[in-house]
Amino acid sequence: MAFDKNSNSFTFIFAIILVCVVGTTLAVAFLALKPAYDENVRREKMQNILAAMNVKVARDDAPAKFTESISGSLLLDANGVVVDGSNRDKASGKSEASPAFDMDVLKQYKDWKANVVKAEDMQYPVYLANVEGHDLMVVPMIGTGLWGPVWGYVAIDKVDGRTIYGSTFDHKGETPGLGAEIATPIFIDQFPGKTISEPDGTYTGIKVYKGGSMTTDPHGVDGISGGTITSQGVDEMLMRTLAIYDVYFKQVVTKTVVPEPVVNISLSDTMAIDTLEIQ
Amino acid sequence: MSTETASAPVAVPKEGLFSKKNRKLITDPLNDNNPITVQVLGICSALAITVKMSNALVMSISVLAVVVLGNMIISALRNVIPSRIRIIAQLVIAAGLVTLVDIVLKAYVYDVAKQVGVYVGLIITNCILMGRYEAFAMNNKVGPSALDGLGNSLGYAWILVVVAFFREFFGSGSLMGITIIPNSWYAANGGAYFNNNMMILPPMALVIVGIIIWIQRLRNTKLIETA
Repeated sequence: MAFDKNSNSFTFIFAIILVCVVGTTLAVAFLALKPAYDENVRREKMQNILAAMNVKVARDDAPAKFTESISGSLLLDANGVVVDGSNRDKASGKSEASPAFDMDVLKQYKDWKANVVKAEDMQYPVYLANVEGHDLMVVPMIGTGLWGPVWGYVAIDKVDGRTIYGSTFDHKGETPGLGAEIATPIFIDQFPGKTISEPDGTYTGIKVYKGGSMTTDPHGVDGISGGTITSQGVDEMLMRTLAIYDVYFKQVVTKTVVPEPVVNISLSDTMAIDTLEIQ
Repeated sequence: MSTETASAPVAVPKEGLFSKKNRKLITDPLNDNNPITVQVLGICSALAITVKMSNALVMSISVLAVVVLGNMIISALRNVIPSRIRIIAQLVIAAGLVTLVDIVLKAYVYDVAKQVGVYVGLIITNCILMGRYEAFAMNNKVGPSALDGLGNSLGYAWILVVVAFFREFFGSGSLMGITIIPNSWYAANGGAYFNNNMMILPPMALVIVGIIIWIQRLRNTKLIETA
């Protein structure tokens, strides 16, 4: 070495060059691999939406199945009113690349928690789908567990706009064996058949009970033993998000049900609307 | 710490890459100088990542890549790195490689990346890394350094895989995600078998590592410390 390896100037120059080389290498690698990573994230999202409708597919098959099952998507505002009504149909082939699908619900939730976004400015995506003869509305939701975010998708049957057809939940880092159980069938399988409002239209949401004696409640599920904070987070998430979607669900159902009932109504009107199955 | 490969000077002229001494660089860490059971390094990830065999394998391959590549880069730069900032320089290279591994996992094995996510980042704090960089790569040529990295990460890997084998088999009744214990054996389906949920929790990894250390020292009596 012609120069003094231990001089201050060489030490500085070495450090600067090393950091630049490492930084450039990482930046190039990241940019090169980002499309593959984004695609994975996108497919996982489709996989989750499909899982909420009890459609289990491998991640690679998700885009095809998604296009097949999802007929459109919309964005609602905080009052449950459709703001982006671009209800893209299958023919346009755009059902996946819609504002609703591209919306980052997690980011919006974090912004809301950090008071960057006001509650009344938040937007809520809805995916419209048809699976095995059921018209479904799939809604995403997000909340806070013990260690980080918890999220899920709930599919509501359009026939009455209040019965849950299926659901899926996931989490970032809840305790394995305790809070992490919300992502397992033990928890998820309780949801189908539960209702988010009374037959007369009163909103009830879905309650996650601590102590499993309430399994007969049509508006509640049994929480996870030892996962109290996670269960409370899921409870809060379901209550808050479904309340907003409930307004929309009621509008949609009213529109479908109002055309002349063909059955002789013997019950009170409100009860009848709820129990009818109109083609 | 019985044997110390690090202090062996490589001053022999014209030595084949797979000479007897260089072969020892690979075989030594597998048993006599195992990073986990003898040097007791890298225990953190051995506890955290051994619930499933597939995770243990991915973690092992990631560590292998980082240790071998890092050893080679640092060995190639060993005459240029100023001694006053050598630890920082090693750390920058280690961090760069770990981040690279993380990006590659996320792009190509997304499901595994999600499960081992946090721990890949923690490879940086794996003492095996800095131990090999500082103790071996800074004083040796590129070839032997690569072999040393390979040996040490293989020594780390086989312990991880063995621990994961027992934890996945007794904890989940499966291996590599494939169910081994027939469903009909389980108590829920009328059998008399239960998965041992203790196995899924980190402390059992420590117990299994302890048993491996015990067996290893029974067979290899020169490892027993005379205190």
